[in-house]
Amino acid sequence: MTDAYTRAVNTGLTKALATRLGLPRPALLRRFEAGAPLTVGPVLLLADAASAASADALEGVLAGWGVEVARSGGGAPAGGVEDSGSGRGLDASTPAEGLDPAQTTPVRWGAILLVLTESGRPSDVSDAVLAAGPALKRLAPHGRVVTVSRAHAPGDAPALAAVRQGVDGFLRSVAKELRAGATGNGIVLADGAAVDNPSAQAALRFFLSARSAYVDGQLLTVSTGAAADAPGPEYWARPLEGRVAVVTGAARGIGAAIARTLARDGATVVCVDVPAAGEGLARTANAVRGTALQVDVTAPDAGARILEHARGRHGRLDIVVHNAGITRDKLLANMDAARWDSVVAVNVEAQLRINEALLAAAAAGDVDGLRIVSLASTSGIAGNRGQTNYAFTKAGVMGHTAATAALLAPHGGTANAVAPGFIETEMTQHIPFATRQVARRLSSLLQGGEPVDVAEAIAFLASPLAAGISGQTLRVCGQNMVGR
Amino acid sequence: MSRSPQPDAPRTSPPGPRDAVVVGGNRIPFARAGRKYADASNQELLTAAIEGLVARFGLQGERLGEVAGGAVLKHSRDFNLVRECVLGSSLSPQTPAYDVQQACATGLEAAIAVTNKIRLGQIDSGIAGGTDTISDAPIAVSEGLRHVLLEATHAKTLQGRLKALAKLRPADLKPLTPVTDEPRTGLSMGEHQAITTARWGITRQAQDDVALASHRHLARAWDEGFFDDLVTPFHGLTRDDNLRPDTSSEKLAALAPVFGKALAGTAEPTMTAGNSTPLTDGASAVLLASREWAQEHDLPVLARFVDAETAAVDFVHGHEGLLMAPVHAVPRLLARNGLTVDDIDFFEIHEAFASTVLTTLAAWEDDEYCRTELGLDGAFGKVDRARINVNGSSLAAGHPFAATGGRILATAAKLVAQRAASTGEPVRALISVCAAGGLGATALIESA
Repeated sequence: MTDAYTRAVNTGLTKALATRLGLPRPALLRRFEAGAPLTVGPVLLLADAASAASADALEGVLAGWGVEVARSGGGAPAGGVEDSGSGRGLDASTPAEGLDPAQTTPVRWGAILLVLTESGRPSDVSDAVLAAGPALKRLAPHGRVVTVSRAHAPGDAPALAAVRQGVDGFLRSVAKELRAGATGNGIVLADGAAVDNPSAQAALRFFLSARSAYVDGQLLTVSTGAAADAPGPEYWARPLEGRVAVVTGAARGIGAAIARTLARDGATVVCVDVPAAGEGLARTANAVRGTALQVDVTAPDAGARILEHARGRHGRLDIVVHNAGITRDKLLANMDAARWDSVVAVNVEAQLRINEALLAAAAAGDVDGLRIVSLASTSGIAGNRGQTNYAFTKAGVMGHTAATAALLAPHGGTANAVAPGFIETEMTQHIPFATRQVARRLSSLLQGGEPVDVAEAIAFLASPLAAGISGQTLRVCGQNMVGR
Repeated sequence: MSRSPQPDAPRTSPPGPRDAVVVGGNRIPFARAGRKYADASNQELLTAAIEGLVARFGLQGERLGEVAGGAVLKHSRDFNLVRECVLGSSLSPQTPAYDVQQACATGLEAAIAVTNKIRLGQIDSGIAGGTDTISDAPIAVSEGLRHVLLEATHAKTLQGRLKALAKLRPADLKPLTPVTDEPRTGLSMGEHQAITTARWGITRQAQDDVALASHRHLARAWDEGFFDDLVTPFHGLTRDDNLRPDTSSEKLAALAPVFGKALAGTAEPTMTAGNSTPLTDGASAVLLASREWAQEHDLPVLARFVDAETAAVDFVHGHEGLLMAPVHAVPRLLARNGLTVDDIDFFEIHEAFASTVLTTLAAWEDDEYCRTELGLDGAFGKVDRARINVNGSSLAAGHPFAATGGRILATAAKLVAQRAASTGEPVRALISVCAAGGLGATALIESA
């Protein structure tokens, strides 16, 4: 549910009033709808001179998706794919002329894609970045800014490391300058991955789309994933078709949204929750046409039972989403063993124990290409007063995710984490009013996210093409001001 | 050369008897009347039980062969109760349904009906269920008011209507609350059982022991997670709220007798609220299928539904106790299957009252009774007490009449599946449910 303030400043008389008073106006975010266009307008593709070939490759990818592309900036005009038969690169400040002569109102960019993969030193990127500036003024509401760059590695020349790390600070700052539901995110290619490798394509599509509505100011590292065929439209419509997914904590809130989203994307979902939450669990399972498995994730045999159910009843296991989690907030000075230990047991030890069973199954060849996605939290990144136990476990999740990724890699699997910021759930409804308001507004998008926003990020990381994304923690926080 | 008939000629008759199996069960926790489910109707209770079953086995949109079930205390508006529950569930709306009513044996009788159709090949899958709510029991109008209203409805003129309504007397406005008294004797079930209890000389201590064991066994089963895949919470209730894990012999001994107080004779009344089942709300559902259907749907098989026998006794004019029908049914059932009491690993004897279990056992051990009443050569046999209601029964769980059969069947099926998995030997369970009207339904299941 969109919060009352966001609703008020976007509707009717209160909208006019808020505009007159100059009140901050969080946008009603554009979220995924089947059949809706990928972007809200054409994509402006900008690149520095050295990265022109990368831009060409991405232009081909975008054209394949049926997205209109315009080229400008430091690089040469488009080589292969032309837009609308205009036959020339467009000037970023006057997009309307070039793109569609018949159009009377100026075109607004659906996205600005800034390709800086081959920049050698900080001074290389000026033209491309400065071309993006005026284009931002024409970025449509719900538009996207996406940078594509490369990760620096030990042994890189200092100037190369500088420009590559520089993109990080640039992107995070650009994201903070965007308005009206627009977001900025970056793809960071690692290990010499091709700019158009399948995982990079999946990441680009996610960041451009409405699925990443509440992901803002984030950079995602992408390597070359397992070889995959070039995906067609049927893949993008239902990327999880034929996959079997397990979602823990699926009775309500974020877990139920994850189950619904995975099912929407084609997965058969095994919904897991504690027996006491069975009523909501059955509701979720029936809504997604999956199965309900009442099991406490802290039970020693939880991993075995999950594997047995998924493989016995659905023939396979492809995705495990560790969503089950609890909070037992108390200042450390007042913390008791029950609060500390229960949070540790549910939030991190249960994941570790289940992952051991999953890794054993992967080693035995019982599961292949497994995707594990765990719920972390921005509290685990920035810390949160009264949540030493919770933050300990959520930071722990990010730690074990990186370690598990390495263990799963030989079996074609990945492990990633998603760190939600302030999400509008039953749980956060219990936060005191003033604290809740502040928590919502302390982000670039000036609002809390919806459970589905977290679910979309998980569905993306769990998808077959995300094979080259592993060991990462992706924040879904509307660029919350706390932490990185 | 003459030719034999085409081997693959189309069949004109259904396939012969085959196995019917129990795939699994689901119930909602049973609630004492007037508490957690006070606002829920029979339809809501049974729909919840079915929905939990659908979720557990992924039956959304599935067209099952049929759903059979019922309620003992039923509103007239619920004439198509089970069909309405199916329409309100995630099952395919093309799943047929019908109501069954055999007092407390409703749930088990529904399972007998569904498994018979499965064995005959008429259907491949089905759900047997039952529900009852005391909290939302129907309240009827008096016979006087009913007659007046009917006459007024049928009258063709205003004058006729007024004439009919003029017959109304103040006493006619008193509502009729449902009673469980036997219509032919005017005695409540408890009073009837008090007679049987006294006849067999069942002591207060023995009854309290059965009650204590029921609570302890059920509590242990809950703690062990036995019901994790048999129960789905409802209305915030996660366990049977009649269960008292901390009850004791002393607490049970302190309760005052409630039945048999007016009984002629010397016997002290022995039946208390502690060793009798409380009025309860709840619902249950069991998924039954052919082996092939279960296999095609990648579903587990807990047990084979082998056979069933129902019986009735003459408690009105004869001298048999109201709840003694299963005593008659079980020897017939076992004899037909070439079994004796020693071949049964689990006895699930519905605890309408603690003394129901005890009079059943006493009767089977009695030479004379078994010869004269059951037509056996001698005593039917002595049942190992350690095999009876090992995970508790109605005294602890409660007894929403029509829901009890499904509770017991699913519990028994899981017990035999677990035992068979650990021993590798065939395991059998016997289910016995007594019912009002001198009825009784019994069934035999075996590890699949």
